[in-house]
Amino acid sequence: MTLDHTKFDTLLVANRGEIACRVMRTARRMGLKTVAVYSDADATARHVREADEAVRLGPAAARESYLNVDAVIDAAKRTGTGAIHPGYGFLSENGGFVKALEQAGIIFVGPPASAIAAMGDKSAAKARMANAGVPLVPGYHGDDQDDALLRSEADKIGYPVMLKASAGGGGKGMRVVESGEGFKAALDGCRRESKAAFGDDRMLIEKYLVQPRHVEVQVFCDRYGNGVYLFERDCSVQRRHQKVIEEAPAPGMTPELRCAMGDAAVRAAKEIGYVGAGTVEFLLDADGSFYFMEMNTRLQVEHPVTEMITGQDLVEWQLRVAMGEPLPCTQDELTITGHSFEARLYAEDPEQDFLPATGLLTRFALDLEGADLDSDRVRLDSGVESGDVVSMHYDPMLAKLIVHGADRDAALATLNRALAALDVQGVVTNRAFLQRLANHPGFKNVELDTRFIERNEATLFAPRSYSTDAYASAALIGLNQLAQECESDSPWDRHDGFRLNAPHTIRIALCDPASAQAADSDEAVVIVEGKRESGESLWNLTIGDQTLTASLQSLTGDAVAVTLNGHRRRLQARRDGHVVVMAEPSGETRLFWRRIDAIDHGHHEAESTLTAPMNGTVVALLVEPGAAVEKGMPLMVMEAMKMEHTMTAPADGSVETFHFQSGDTVSQGDVLLDFAPSE
Amino acid sequence: MSTLSTQINPRSDVFQTNAASMLGEVSKLRELTAAVAQGGGPKARERHESRGKLFVRDRIDHLIDEGSPFLEFSALAAHHVYDSDVPAAGVVTGIGRVSGVECVIVANDATVKGGTYFPLTVKKHLRAQEIARKHRLPCIYLVDSGGAFLPRQDEVFPDRDHFGRIFYNQATMSAEGIPQIAVVMGSCTAGGAYVPAMADESIIVKEQGTIFLGGPPLVKAATGESISAEDLGGADVHAKVSGVADHYAENDAHALQLARACVSRLNWQKRGKLAMQAPKPPKLDPSELYGIVGTDLKKPYDVREVIGRIVDSSDFDEFKRYYGDTLVTGFAHIHGYPVGIVANNGVLFSESAVKGAHFIELCAQRKIPLVFLQNITGFMVGSKYEHEGIAKHGAKLVTAVACAKVPKFTVLIGGSFGAGNYGMCGRAYDPNLLFMWPNARISVMGGEQAAGVLSQVKREQYERDGREWTKEEEEAFKQPTRDQYEHQGHPYYASARLWDDGVIDPLQTRDVLGLSLAAAMNAEVEETRFGVFRM
Repeated sequence: MTLDHTKFDTLLVANRGEIACRVMRTARRMGLKTVAVYSDADATARHVREADEAVRLGPAAARESYLNVDAVIDAAKRTGTGAIHPGYGFLSENGGFVKALEQAGIIFVGPPASAIAAMGDKSAAKARMANAGVPLVPGYHGDDQDDALLRSEADKIGYPVMLKASAGGGGKGMRVVESGEGFKAALDGCRRESKAAFGDDRMLIEKYLVQPRHVEVQVFCDRYGNGVYLFERDCSVQRRHQKVIEEAPAPGMTPELRCAMGDAAVRAAKEIGYVGAGTVEFLLDADGSFYFMEMNTRLQVEHPVTEMITGQDLVEWQLRVAMGEPLPCTQDELTITGHSFEARLYAEDPEQDFLPATGLLTRFALDLEGADLDSDRVRLDSGVESGDVVSMHYDPMLAKLIVHGADRDAALATLNRALAALDVQGVVTNRAFLQRLANHPGFKNVELDTRFIERNEATLFAPRSYSTDAYASAALIGLNQLAQECESDSPWDRHDGFRLNAPHTIRIALCDPASAQAADSDEAVVIVEGKRESGESLWNLTIGDQTLTASLQSLTGDAVAVTLNGHRRRLQARRDGHVVVMAEPSGETRLFWRRIDAIDHGHHEAESTLTAPMNGTVVALLVEPGAAVEKGMPLMVMEAMKMEHTMTAPADGSVETFHFQSGDTVSQGDVLLDFAPSE
Repeated sequence: MSTLSTQINPRSDVFQTNAASMLGEVSKLRELTAAVAQGGGPKARERHESRGKLFVRDRIDHLIDEGSPFLEFSALAAHHVYDSDVPAAGVVTGIGRVSGVECVIVANDATVKGGTYFPLTVKKHLRAQEIARKHRLPCIYLVDSGGAFLPRQDEVFPDRDHFGRIFYNQATMSAEGIPQIAVVMGSCTAGGAYVPAMADESIIVKEQGTIFLGGPPLVKAATGESISAEDLGGADVHAKVSGVADHYAENDAHALQLARACVSRLNWQKRGKLAMQAPKPPKLDPSELYGIVGTDLKKPYDVREVIGRIVDSSDFDEFKRYYGDTLVTGFAHIHGYPVGIVANNGVLFSESAVKGAHFIELCAQRKIPLVFLQNITGFMVGSKYEHEGIAKHGAKLVTAVACAKVPKFTVLIGGSFGAGNYGMCGRAYDPNLLFMWPNARISVMGGEQAAGVLSQVKREQYERDGREWTKEEEEAFKQPTRDQYEHQGHPYYASARLWDDGVIDPLQTRDVLGLSLAAAMNAEVEETRFGVFRM
């Protein structure tokens, strides 16, 4: 059946989080009624709060809610929805969904199912791209999957090569092969993964570019055969194929190259009869040659950087195209102004292998005024607000911070200041990691390639141990808080270590927030002893065998001045419970402090319980209760946010009881098992 | 509430001189306190440590809630009293918060003469118990003592306030419902054995604590039985066989944890009730106290400058501001606790004495604790004053001070001479606690006055004999008296003999009073019944 692309007045956004909020923002501006959908976990989420109407899809699990085609269509019918915007992820590139919408007479804000299908099969897509004259990475995309043939094709291309699952994506079933000897093993491994992930073990082989940049071109097509490109984005800074910081335009582009890549991208789109917003990803080699990688048939996460430099609203374009209008601009009318960055804020802990984090966001704010930032140049696309809960069910991306500047340096400076001004409390995020990235000299000097993070691991990840100054500063903040704290009005309830005619002494323990449960004897814990005379503000700190004088002065807001051995420095010090977050322009340090309890330095007993680090599901119990285990032996595995976490024995001993069985759902902080250390 | 203002100029020479001299005194005090805290010296400490025992102050640190205050009493006890050094008289006492309950802690220091009891050790132990009884504070005894110091048995054993009184106090305090907890961390020999035996609950440390009436040498001598100390009265004996101890500890730290657990099981409730306010620090800067007060007792200053640096928000509601103005009286709060303050601002006249009595009656009636800030040369003398009956007016003040049953706290911030000491709640008037500043002096009268009186008597003798007494001779006669009074009136001399509960840094006065007031609120504030006031 053919759709009537007349205007619609109600838009349902089949997504959640920041993209749902962002799409609805434009829709509202265009006078459309907005409908949100939600799972049980999102009943009070921001996108639900902001929508004119919202419909429940089902339980928290995505396949029962946001991936449930019938439920989404049902929600659209209940609300008289004329069009559905899929956002990204979830149903955005699901051909079956698009077909179902066609049948239901609802407009899909996106390409036709045929275009999605054309790009969905990587091998077939490449064949069509080759026909359209779009340059491809030298490789083998044939149907003959004989091991020996694949090996000889790889030899022909020249190592290193990349093995990829034909049906793949998201980094699964992918492997770099450095030489012919390792080829067979890698092939077997990829096939296994691919079979497990996609039910298909066909492989393709490509030349592996050693220092490639990931440059993608934003294209737009309408129903009348018009196509334009809205220039490129550089997304080279990636972590395991996950983009972290994107920018537009790509640094170092010449007008000729830009034009060549843009034309190639538009050719690619037209080849498959594309309609709407799409992104053609290229690998850009150091010599300026570029190769088609794939086409994303949806609005990209990083589309705002394009909006910032072109002044266009891509969601508005999408909706207009969906309404049957021609493209708002011709190629000639599109220009680039300045430079833009986007940093993705994830609820995850970079220092714990990017372990996703959950919890209550006690504070989520960006104080533009306080940081003296221009609101025209800083944009925060967020799906959360203070008081929201970050659950384990979905992608941990909380928000995107987008900035604009007259040139790359100006934009980068703004990005740094905006990251520092972002106040996120209650949930661990990658903010400090983003700060270190954005501050990295290599990043500033455009030493970009997709292995940027790998190459700079040493400087990008927070050091495991901190400088004495960092410990001293955190201790000072903790000590001052303790010295002022009083559990009641009785002066006996103070913790200031009052002694007659002698310095007051307070000791506190500091450690990485991740190891906050660690015992005092743990090497990760640093004990700081602070002494000061009555009425004095100057502390004498002892850290290990070092002593230093220290004083703290509160400035406005979170700013403090820390003076260590006469060296005064300003820093932002937020207190998130007992975590001191010290932000300096160069990045932030997070340290957990606590009072040492008398109990702790007495008859010390090993930690006898193990608690869940986050919400998740128990996958396996690995030992029998009562069986002797050695310290460090795995006891239990739980899964959360698609990652496995292993609970290990805190000491030699045995498990007394498991409180959960395989398959049980556990909440953060639940006691998983009782552990009895041996004598 | 009216807020005190200040007339002090911290840039003046007088202020700077005062501040420097007081800081000198405070520094000396800190140094001495630090030296005393080292106990019986390096050798004894080494031996103590080699046995796996914690030092007495470390034991207290482990016992009390981490980071919480410890209000130590009489750290200078026995200072320069005996032929040899007995730092802190070999026992550390004070109030500390254990499992959220303020307790009196009495802890022997075995590095000092094996923790044996000198006369002043006994006095200090008894004083701590007296404080516990008066404030209704649970007692924790950390026992590590060889018992009475035998060479001085005549000053330690026989009298009412000697060794036996310790156990009398344990029994009678227990009867009053004041918990008695003993932790045996070393020897408890002979009389000492009664400390754990008389306790409500006792803890003993494995292979370290021993309890017996007669030690192995005595047993050998008396019965011929040869036995080790551990087999005679160690932890295994008492925790498993005799039942003298209730809890068995692996080591010092474990024992102290067990003691904390004991306190947590007391079901303790404070009984005192006062209309509290949220505590607020003084508005005037307490660090200026040094420069205001100085160390020269002859230099006058307005005592309100001191009050304003001790009380909450520097708020002080004065009573009878313009009457008998050599005594300042008024209401204030310290760490949120309401107090009535009685402070000297010159010599006592009849009016000031009567005013003081009136004010004390008010506080007793309202059950408001009293704070005395003593800086008094005495009552005014001379015919005019005798004739107007200054003796009976002074008597009114003394009666009021003696009978008032509200908690009383005295701080000697300057001179404490003669009957002024009585009227301002000196030691004999049973203040809950009494502290001295390092600039204070205490004696029956000033050294100069005493020398003057004595030389007057001598001169009359000379005149009766028709002899001449030269100025030089008189000076030579006076000097030893002046020296004696200066020596004996010094705070260290006083504190060494337990005439007070400690010498304190003026800057700590507010905290010391706050802690004292809070501790006193464990006991109910009693009704006062005054004696006959001579009218």
